[in-house]
Amino acid sequence: MMQDWEVVIGLEIHAQLATKSKIFSGAATTYGAPPNSQACLVDLAYPGVLPVLNAEAVRMAVKFGLGIGAKIANRSIFARKNYFYPDLPKGYQISQYEEPVVGRGSLQIVLDDGTTKTIGVTRAHLEEDAGKSLHEGLANASGIDLNRAGTPLLEIVSEPDMRSAKEAVAYMKKIHTLVRYLEICDGNMQEGSFRCDANVSVRPRGQEKFGTRAEIKNLNSFRFVEKAIHYEVARQIELIESGGRVVQETRLYDSDKDETRSMRSKEEANDYRYFPDPDLLPLEIDAAFIDSVRASLPELPDEKAARFAAEFRLSPYDAGVLSASRELGAYFESVVSLAGAEHAKLAANWVMGELASALNRDNLEIGESRVAPKALAGLLARIVDETISGKIAKEVFEAMWSEGLGADEIIDAKGLRQITDAGAIGAVIDAVIAANPRQLADYRAGKDKLFGFFVGQVMKATQGKANPVQLNELLKAKLSGGP
Amino acid sequence: MLHTRTIGELADSLERREISSVELTRHFLARIERFDPSLNALITPTPERALAEAAVADQRRSAGERGPLLGIPLIHKDIFCTDGVRTSCGSRMLDNFVAPYDATVVARLKAAGAVMMGKANMDEFAMGSSNETSHYGAVKNPWDEAKVPGGSSGGSAAAVAARLAPFATGTDTGGSIRQPAALTGVTGIKPTYGRVSRYGMIAFASSLDQAGVFAPSAADAAIVMRAMSGFDPRDSTSVDKPVPDYPAELNAPLKGLKIGLLKEFFDGLEGRNGALIGAALDVFRSLGAQTADVSLPSLPLSVPTYYVVAPAECSSNLSRFDGVRFGYRCERPSDLLDMYKRSRGEGFGAEVKRRIMTGTYVLSAGYFDAYYLKAQKARQLITDEFRAAFERVDLLLGPTTPTPAFGIGAKIDDPVTMYLNDIYTIGANLAGLPALSAPCGFIDDLPMGVQLIGPHFAEARLLNAAHRFQLATDWHTRIPRGYA
Repeated sequence: MMQDWEVVIGLEIHAQLATKSKIFSGAATTYGAPPNSQACLVDLAYPGVLPVLNAEAVRMAVKFGLGIGAKIANRSIFARKNYFYPDLPKGYQISQYEEPVVGRGSLQIVLDDGTTKTIGVTRAHLEEDAGKSLHEGLANASGIDLNRAGTPLLEIVSEPDMRSAKEAVAYMKKIHTLVRYLEICDGNMQEGSFRCDANVSVRPRGQEKFGTRAEIKNLNSFRFVEKAIHYEVARQIELIESGGRVVQETRLYDSDKDETRSMRSKEEANDYRYFPDPDLLPLEIDAAFIDSVRASLPELPDEKAARFAAEFRLSPYDAGVLSASRELGAYFESVVSLAGAEHAKLAANWVMGELASALNRDNLEIGESRVAPKALAGLLARIVDETISGKIAKEVFEAMWSEGLGADEIIDAKGLRQITDAGAIGAVIDAVIAANPRQLADYRAGKDKLFGFFVGQVMKATQGKANPVQLNELLKAKLSGGP
Repeated sequence: MLHTRTIGELADSLERREISSVELTRHFLARIERFDPSLNALITPTPERALAEAAVADQRRSAGERGPLLGIPLIHKDIFCTDGVRTSCGSRMLDNFVAPYDATVVARLKAAGAVMMGKANMDEFAMGSSNETSHYGAVKNPWDEAKVPGGSSGGSAAAVAARLAPFATGTDTGGSIRQPAALTGVTGIKPTYGRVSRYGMIAFASSLDQAGVFAPSAADAAIVMRAMSGFDPRDSTSVDKPVPDYPAELNAPLKGLKIGLLKEFFDGLEGRNGALIGAALDVFRSLGAQTADVSLPSLPLSVPTYYVVAPAECSSNLSRFDGVRFGYRCERPSDLLDMYKRSRGEGFGAEVKRRIMTGTYVLSAGYFDAYYLKAQKARQLITDEFRAAFERVDLLLGPTTPTPAFGIGAKIDDPVTMYLNDIYTIGANLAGLPALSAPCGFIDDLPMGVQLIGPHFAEARLLNAAHRFQLATDWHTRIPRGYA
């Protein structure tokens, strides 16, 4: 049935900006402080107080805009979104409505088949977060924690360009990577620093007009985005196919039950009565400011991946993985600079292979790696100069990881140095041949497969330290009756 | 008598140690105690705090500090937050609200050494033109206690008119300083929007609200204006522009000053009012000023424009009064919605509710364009026409109010008639212009004012013109019978 329907998805991503103070007050934004310990009179909306815009939040918004190649508005307006809720102290949220700071931009996602797709970003605007209502442990009462009230948010609104839950997740991950690259958001989804609302609709494939959409609120993990969309798509298709109609409404995803539930319909939606906030002047951004932000931009993920691919002759896949975060890219480049660019592919294999799985196993970030770039480069040098084989190197790496020692120390301590003395290897081969006359006879009678048997025996006798290339050559000669 | 002296004279006496600030403050506190029970100009007198502040001012002077307001008592409109003192804004909603901080205006005057004697009565949330919407009852006009003092800063105006304080602060959103100043025979100035910080001033309509001064004379107002004005980083709409030395510029000659006469102000002006304004003009002409006729064709749109913009902003500004964090909360709410409904329903008075509802309506989906957007366009037209006028003239002159003070109860049930009281004052708020009202005579023994409007940041010119006018006239020295 699925092939009859086309899924249309747009995301509204809320990224908390990593400013030290709030967007309109001087209160701190640290997560996890005791309730209401980070809410000043402005955040509490005391009579007479006024908002003052945090310039750092504007800088971060502009950074994002430049990161997606968007037009930065020279003049944007803060508006009030009016509604009553206990965790919204002023009775309105200061947001941007008709004139946002970041205009249209776009970015690229990579699809499963390796092709790329462009996703449009309609706009991104600055706004303040609300507080939190707490219900647990309170009898007949609700608690209000206003620590989060006034935390700066960048709301990033996409075009309805995504056609599957996978694409939506790829897009969200791309934005996630970008905001962390730009150091404008810590990206911590458990703490709610990065979350999204998904607008989902379906239409018969080929139809131009969009179907009626439902908005799924407040999804705070990539997995939930994927599952919520899957559920919602199935629900809508089933509804339509059984003769029903999708209604425009806001829905909530329940991750315990893996389903979405209706929160409120369009008819019940608030009339927010947006109007320009008279307490704040229009935000004016001049070209010099934009230039200064542009000059401060780091290398962006796509740029880094392209450079890695070109400079180090890596595959697009490897380049993409290694540039997924600034820290990983820096680690990799540091290894390459020590090991030499000609060994970049080897470095890439190790960073993406042994190192990544060790990090994953111990649940560590790249910045917490037990093997520093210099140490890894030291290990690679021993592979390159054939002191050890790749196989032994894995053993050495594990020892480096657990003992925190350098490659050479491990190699020496464990006596793992590769045997490259042709005489020594030849002596071992001679002994092995002498000990296995039957196998020798069979080999010479045409059983080529037995070559592997002899390699194994020699490796066993040298504890894997024989240089494999030399071993191959010598063994071949000796088995054929050479000297 | 101490209470008939100017601020300048009082400062001289303090500096010469003829009196102390404590003695001066006692004098005015005694007048408050004597007259205020009938006037009802104050919501919260703060005599103990005043005497303590006066003692501090005396110590500062002993330590060698000087200053034109050091040790001078004042009364703040109860719209300004005052640290540790109830700040009610004239509303039941904030009857229990003790502000935890000082408004910038309060802090600046405190730093200058002025001594706060109490908080003045006002229309609830500054919404009114008669001071009758106050939760604390109407203020009486000292010239005739059956009459209103005007509003919304009626308590401040009545207090200065009755010489209960050498000066008082006020706020002006559509005429709330100038109209009561005119109706009580004192001088009142509303500065340029952005000249004085709004931080700590409880918002009514943020794009129109501006703090100002009531004093007997322009010379006194100039001293206070110099201390109050200036950029405040906590108010994004305050303007970072140096504050002129207003007192030093008071005496500039008026020769060559071009005064514009607004056609729209004089058309249909009541005869006796017109005669007073005409006489005031003669004084200005005798001082060397020239006059020119000016027309602002869009000015008649001021009142309807204002009654869209101001309620729209107030409907949002007053949302924070929800019973959750401070102020009035209804008894035993059954749920959240009940708490909102009853706390606001019981905490706000009728006029405030009327404006919240009007404002909510004009911002609603489907009505926004027809009301709010159209009003913004009209506001822009009015602003542009004022700007064009000020390319031809230095000041505009006209009446402050259509009539003298009216009877308590006479208009309170007829909001539209009440709103028309502000017909001459609202334009300056919509365009953000500085404007001043100075006493210019009497109708039926009730004082009237002449209004001067200037271009942005022309406060010095307004105060200078009013001061020269007051050197040539004595209307501003008249004190209501019984208060001498």
